[in-house]
Amino acid sequence: MKPHLSTSIGPIQIERPTMLASGILGISLDVFNRIYKSGAGAVVTKSLSKEPWEGYSNPTIFSVKGGGWINAIGLSNPGATYFAKMISQNKIVPIIVSLVGSIPDDFTFMIKQFESCKVLAFELNLSCPHVEKVGLEVGDDPELVKKIIKKIKSVTKIPIIAKVGLGTTHYLDTVSAAKDSGADAITAINTLRAMAIDVETERPILSNKIGGLSGTPIKPIAVRCVYEISSKYDIPIIGCGGISSWEDAVEFILAGASAVQLGSVVGDNWLDVFGDINNGIMKYMEKKGFSKIEEMIGRAKRF
Amino acid sequence: MQRDFNHPSIRQIEKIIDETPTVRTLVFSDDLLSTVLPGQFAMVWIPGVNELPMSVMISQEKGKAAFTVRKHGMASTALYNLDAGKLIGVRGPYGNHFDIKEGKLLLVGGGTGLVPLLRLLKFIKVTDNVTVLIGAKTKDEVFFENLANELLEKNNHKVIVVTEDGTYGKNGLVTEIMEELLQSTTFNAVYTCGPELMMYKVVQLATSKGIFVQASLERMMKCGIGICGSCCVGEDLVCRDGTIFDGKHLLANSEFGHSHRNKAGIIENY
Repeated sequence: MKPHLSTSIGPIQIERPTMLASGILGISLDVFNRIYKSGAGAVVTKSLSKEPWEGYSNPTIFSVKGGGWINAIGLSNPGATYFAKMISQNKIVPIIVSLVGSIPDDFTFMIKQFESCKVLAFELNLSCPHVEKVGLEVGDDPELVKKIIKKIKSVTKIPIIAKVGLGTTHYLDTVSAAKDSGADAITAINTLRAMAIDVETERPILSNKIGGLSGTPIKPIAVRCVYEISSKYDIPIIGCGGISSWEDAVEFILAGASAVQLGSVVGDNWLDVFGDINNGIMKYMEKKGFSKIEEMIGRAKRF
Repeated sequence: MQRDFNHPSIRQIEKIIDETPTVRTLVFSDDLLSTVLPGQFAMVWIPGVNELPMSVMISQEKGKAAFTVRKHGMASTALYNLDAGKLIGVRGPYGNHFDIKEGKLLLVGGGTGLVPLLRLLKFIKVTDNVTVLIGAKTKDEVFFENLANELLEKNNHKVIVVTEDGTYGKNGLVTEIMEELLQSTTFNAVYTCGPELMMYKVVQLATSKGIFVQASLERMMKCGIGICGSCCVGEDLVCRDGTIFDGKHLLANSEFGHSHRNKAGIIENY
């Protein structure tokens, strides 16, 4: 019998374990459809804010010599209200809506906009490393995280995922706060604060100077975080950070992830990467005799 | 270290050519960019200002590439104002290229949209019969007419300039002249680059006659590599799937010729 690629992240069920990570593509429903057809089990939207944001001026992204990418797009997005209208016709694509805000009311306001939309889950961006007063600055304040999630939980039954990153507070404290206040799952990790300076012009390349590092260089760090979270807490995890092959995806699952998100690799390998990684996982499962993703989750913790 | 084409490579501007009172061509040395295919673009970093997608202009000198820029917004004006000796960063080349057909070819360009079309002229066969339509608002803004004639020296060709105020060449819109041409002549392929409403009309005209047509689209771009999503037109990403699209495909896209997205990703009508 062929193994099943479907997986559950707590109450969230998807048919395939690879998702599009937040911030990648994802401002048009037509593009979501295309990504879903390419094999993604779900697509996570760009992080939406209460009002539309233009983001930073270019340069906003470039590769690092030797591997990886640095970006500071600045969370450009059309705003939750506009976006909700755009996806209201969606019936097919499993969409996880990423939200970014500073206070509990920001989040509840945005969630209300999606009342008539089919939303698989909300992912709270508590970890964008390069925009003030949101993202990592919120994630670094576990008490605020608690307030936000408790308030959200009082207004919606849709599952809540907290996306954590590495900031100034220990990320496990943020995970703990999220879990205690009712988060259904954790996405780990986000990009890591980074910068690059051009030696000829002697200036930072990003217009925002500081941005986030993504891609292969951060993968071992992300694997370690997933492993630590899964060792310490009983909460479903979505692994994210530098996944570029099926081996990487399996590594995250063995570390404790129930599903994975792909980001930078889309820039390197384009949309075929979802199907390719799914096929690779399938073949690995056949070879190893696994019939479900569930059987593989966290197996590296046996040792 | 080997060049990483997704990381800005620093280049010094060597020469500036004034094309019109508002358009300049900036020439620099770059082996990789000097040989790109027609339609491919680079992300051009103007240090301290911005980074812009620019179609790579040809240079008649070996190993050199160029950008032809019209001063328009803040970033393009900053690029336009750079003197020889100043540094820019280039990422790329990115994007696909025109599908080069043979026979009777029609090129329709408006303003700096001529850049990829002139590069296309470098790739055609001497046996091709080529008509180039150059559109401009007024006489002062006509450029690349001589260059187009030079590049087509060995071909059976026509370069027709059309100005909206009739101060030079034919009077009217390029699309009106194209319509007249199509009444008496048929073409094997039409290529267009310029303002989107012009291209929309060009694509409609060619398609109505059953002629193969391709257009090069322009959108707000940030990454250039298909991950930020800024440049989406329906399901297409201009940076990755384009910038060149077949006319048939474009006419099936409800955003082409009608709307584009602003920096926040909100659809705005033309």
